[in-house]
Amino acid sequence: MENKPTLKKNNGGSQLLLQFLKGSKLYFVLSIFCSAMTTLIDMINPQIIRGTIDNAIGGKESGFPVWVNDIVEGLGGFSYIGQHLWIPAIAIAVFGLFRVGFQFATTILNTTGSEILVKNMRDTLFSHISRLPYSWHMTNSTGDIIQRCTTDVDRMRTFVAEQLTSVFRILILVAMSMYFMYTMNVKMALIATAPIPFILAYSVIFRKDMHEGFKVCDENEGKVSDIIQENLTGVRVVRAFANEKQEVDRFSKANEYYCSLWVHMGKVIGKFFSIQDILCGMQILLVTVFGAVFAVKGQMTAGEYVAFVSYNGMLSFPIRRLGRMLSEMAKAGVSLNRLQYIMDSEEEEDRPDAVEADMTGDIRFENITFSYEEGHDVLKDINIDVPAGSTLGILGGTGSGKSTLMLLLDKLYEIPEGHGRITIGGVDIRDIKNQHLRKNIAMVLQEPYMFSRSLKENIGITKEHLQLEDIRMAADAACLTETIEGFTEGYDTFVGERGVTLSGGQKQRAAIARALTQDAPIMIFDDSFSAIDNQTDAAIRESLEKRFGTATIIIISHRITTLSRADQVVVLDGGRIIEHGSPEELRQAGGMYQKIYEIQLGIRGEEVSANG
Amino acid sequence: MDKKDPREKIALPFFGIPRLIPFAKKYRKAIAGLVIAQVFTSVSDVLRPVLQKFALDHFVKEGTLQGIIPFALVYALLIVATAVVSYFGVKGCLATEVRLDRDMRDKAFKHLQELSFDYYNQNSVGYIHARVMSDTSRIGELITWQLFDGTYFALFVIGAAVVMLGIDVKLTGLVFLVVPVIVVLFSFFQKRLFTLHHEIREINSNITGNLNEGIVGAKTIKSLAIEEKTDSEFMEETSHMKRKVLQSARTYGAFSMITNLASSCALALVLWKGGILAYDQVGTFSLFMSYAQDLMEPVRWLVEVLSLLVQAQVNIGRFTDLLAKKPTVTDSDEVVAKYGDAFRPKRENWEDIKGDIEFRDVDFKYPDGDEYILENFNLKIPFGTNVAIVGETGAGKSTLANLICRFYEPTRGELLIDGRDARERSQLWLHSALGYVLQSPYLFSGTIRENLVYGRPEATEEEIDRAVKLVSLDGVIGKLENGLDTKVGEGGDLLSTGEKQLISFARAIIKEPKIVVLDEATASVDTLTEQKIQSAINEVIKGRTSIVIAHRLSTVKDADIILVVDDGKIIEQGRHEDLLAARGHYYDLWMKQYEDAAISEAWEKMKQ
Repeated sequence: MENKPTLKKNNGGSQLLLQFLKGSKLYFVLSIFCSAMTTLIDMINPQIIRGTIDNAIGGKESGFPVWVNDIVEGLGGFSYIGQHLWIPAIAIAVFGLFRVGFQFATTILNTTGSEILVKNMRDTLFSHISRLPYSWHMTNSTGDIIQRCTTDVDRMRTFVAEQLTSVFRILILVAMSMYFMYTMNVKMALIATAPIPFILAYSVIFRKDMHEGFKVCDENEGKVSDIIQENLTGVRVVRAFANEKQEVDRFSKANEYYCSLWVHMGKVIGKFFSIQDILCGMQILLVTVFGAVFAVKGQMTAGEYVAFVSYNGMLSFPIRRLGRMLSEMAKAGVSLNRLQYIMDSEEEEDRPDAVEADMTGDIRFENITFSYEEGHDVLKDINIDVPAGSTLGILGGTGSGKSTLMLLLDKLYEIPEGHGRITIGGVDIRDIKNQHLRKNIAMVLQEPYMFSRSLKENIGITKEHLQLEDIRMAADAACLTETIEGFTEGYDTFVGERGVTLSGGQKQRAAIARALTQDAPIMIFDDSFSAIDNQTDAAIRESLEKRFGTATIIIISHRITTLSRADQVVVLDGGRIIEHGSPEELRQAGGMYQKIYEIQLGIRGEEVSANG
Repeated sequence: MDKKDPREKIALPFFGIPRLIPFAKKYRKAIAGLVIAQVFTSVSDVLRPVLQKFALDHFVKEGTLQGIIPFALVYALLIVATAVVSYFGVKGCLATEVRLDRDMRDKAFKHLQELSFDYYNQNSVGYIHARVMSDTSRIGELITWQLFDGTYFALFVIGAAVVMLGIDVKLTGLVFLVVPVIVVLFSFFQKRLFTLHHEIREINSNITGNLNEGIVGAKTIKSLAIEEKTDSEFMEETSHMKRKVLQSARTYGAFSMITNLASSCALALVLWKGGILAYDQVGTFSLFMSYAQDLMEPVRWLVEVLSLLVQAQVNIGRFTDLLAKKPTVTDSDEVVAKYGDAFRPKRENWEDIKGDIEFRDVDFKYPDGDEYILENFNLKIPFGTNVAIVGETGAGKSTLANLICRFYEPTRGELLIDGRDARERSQLWLHSALGYVLQSPYLFSGTIRENLVYGRPEATEEEIDRAVKLVSLDGVIGKLENGLDTKVGEGGDLLSTGEKQLISFARAIIKEPKIVVLDEATASVDTLTEQKIQSAINEVIKGRTSIVIAHRLSTVKDADIILVVDDGKIIEQGRHEDLLAARGHYYDLWMKQYEDAAISEAWEKMKQ
């Protein structure tokens, strides 16, 4: 993961990794250092024992460096220590104390680093995702994004905090034990290290074969899992078709096959580990036998022999682990790429000279033409003036472009240059800061989303520290009070995915209340009365007029009654304005408005004429 | 996401493992084999330091190489033999694990086929799915591999103790002196670690929930311009997580620090009190040093496995709770004796079903509800009658269908099929005569043909052809390259909703049911498909008793009886003309839909 500026793509990946590692790098480096210290102490113990056996007890010449001898002399010399074995014992205990100290530090540093890393990744992704354009959210599947933010983040954590640090640790361990082995006896050390490359190569190469097998197993696990999913989702069909037995048979078959795959894998895995065990065992055997030979020939002391065997023993397990790490680390690249995809998507940005314009002015739609894909105009030549404080009604069938127009006003989609513009108080909305614009436009979507929290929090989510009084008022204006009081827990009723399910009309009213707490000078109701009955609809509009009289309001609806009090109404069809005027004018214009008015009048006579 | 079940017990006796004995019983022999393999492996590992001791005492100290070749051979043989045993051990252990998994999954799956709908209504698919897949695999892994390792470590400790005791009792005592210290420590730390684990899991699920909300609700967040607020809330959770994880790392770190220190002390004690042995018994000395270090491995394992067990008992608890869950709709023993159960039906004893249905003095409330939905309800539906149930979405229209299908049973009173209480015959008997079409048509992955014969695998080619033509699906299938053998994808997603709907009608027709239930079968399709479906409905209800649940009233105006449901209760009942004339709820519904239909028709006309 070094910075190699030759390949642009890889470079991007490692840059992202570095960005994620901000603030945690030092912890990982320190944790590796502490772990190296632990290893060093592990290396010293055999030396103390060797000195004790050979010099203190065995009375042989010291093979230690001068400074070690100096320390020993200071303690009274080797023979004195031989008489007082508590001295090396204390030394071991003291080193043991240091060792656990370093080990503790390693754990804490590594965990701290790993948690900072995870938090950093999660926070960065979360905040980046919420700032990606609306269009990005429309085109990317939520399940996939969530998967990336959970599984892939976790894999990156494992990669850095477990695998990468382990590899460093193992390398340090190998290097140190090599050092001690080579300084004690070069020939023996060569014999001990010769088999290691083979062990490592075996582990890396044959693990690849196993991976193929694991992949097949995973695929079949997916199949078993899918059958369960299907059976649970389609439980009504299964029961009503009396198909329990066939379902159980189908499941058992897939389940059995999946099981048999693993049983087969057991042989492969067993073989792999057994051969690895034999290789490692033979290496130990080599050291034991040759060590004995050297010791007998006087080329090695008994103490050295014991120390050598200890060092060798420390090597074999980490080397086996290293093989596993190396072959698993490859997966991290895939995860990094998947996260890169999210991070590479560009956030919405304000123009450098964007302003926080006054939002209480007139709204003008000027010559707007818009399409989602080339050649399919959703809106064409739209020109509307909405004076401040007035109400605009929009009537249109499905696919008429009425919702798109509102998305443009809220800058959820951007109008390309040269395709007209929208101004508020004379300022092009392209020059207004996104957050400022959206905070000042209260928009209610047709199918609003409720967050998993209490009703109170859902309605008051638009502002920090909203008083319950304000929330009550908004709920009141949206004719929601009665509904809320019907719940046993009132405003504290938990809604959303993990709470009470609200009906379509209740949801719309809650969303209206939520928008009202925004206290915005512009309000948009995008078909947000569709699931609300006519009387409530009228009541809500009345309270809007009373309390938010100064606001500029845009109402999209297919109900004439909802539009009848607007100052002007446009009728959209196929992205074009086909009728435009006051409700009174349109009622007699002989167009769609009149037609729909008459249909509704015919069906609900008195009510429509009273309101319209 | 499901709400946490407050009854979910966290602490089970012996981590809940006794509950799994029934599953393990079948593998007694395999488990015994594994134990034997581990006896061998642990003996071999106990022997290695003994061989080292021999090498030191015999060769190094005596300064002779005599016998080194046989020694090397014995050593090599031991290595190879251990590897061979470990091959069978690994293979056997994995095989036992996956077989246990398989058995648990099979059992759970089969049990789920018998559980009643109240269970399905109270638990999400994701939740149940996790019980069958993840819980079982975690349990399987835990009880096999940890048992495998545990046996090894226990035997190793015993073996090492025996060898050491045989050589020097006093030194052995010193090595084992640290064990009680660790045991005491462990009991001190365990509870804390467990609480922390639990808290971390909770926070983690909160974070996932927040993440989910941030992504699913992204559009709303954007239009409300509350990115900063959701960001800071999210960061609060992640910070909380960080704090807790670090706290647990400190606790765990402190614990392992003390155990490791104990290990160093053991080593120091051996050196102090046993170092003198090095004068004449270097081998013995090295043996003790080696055991003193190796014995810490089992301790570390114990620490790890206990925290695993703590986590696993949640899995065990959930899984066994699923199996312990009793279906609320069951067939009595006498009924099973005569008619068989879902897996071994005794079709030879089944009476032909005619299709008369009658509700007699029925009271009903859902098991998880507290309000009665039906009270003293009486309705006769003679064979061939077409009953329609109408009302707004969420008004509770499915209740009667649920009762007729015996997905639920009356709280009081009885449902008569052909004049006899439905409970006198088996569920499968009734279901075999049922045709059922859902609002969101559900197909199983596989081919169109497999889906068509879902209810009657023995259906002939002619029967399939006839049904396909009846629902005017022949055109669609004719255009497909593989015709009937085209794969429909997961949940039928490769087909349009309308096509799926038509297939589900054909599926019901091929079953030749006596009673047909159509649950909002015309929702959300275009006009042309709607016409096709309407004619399919007419085909499927011809000559059968039918219950049609509908949102669109145009589809039910010819019904023999229309039941109007609001707020879960039947508030009006009669024929279309009578209900309109009554100017009640049905009239309102009718007018509203009529208006919507007229308006969209007006738009359509203008486009032409």
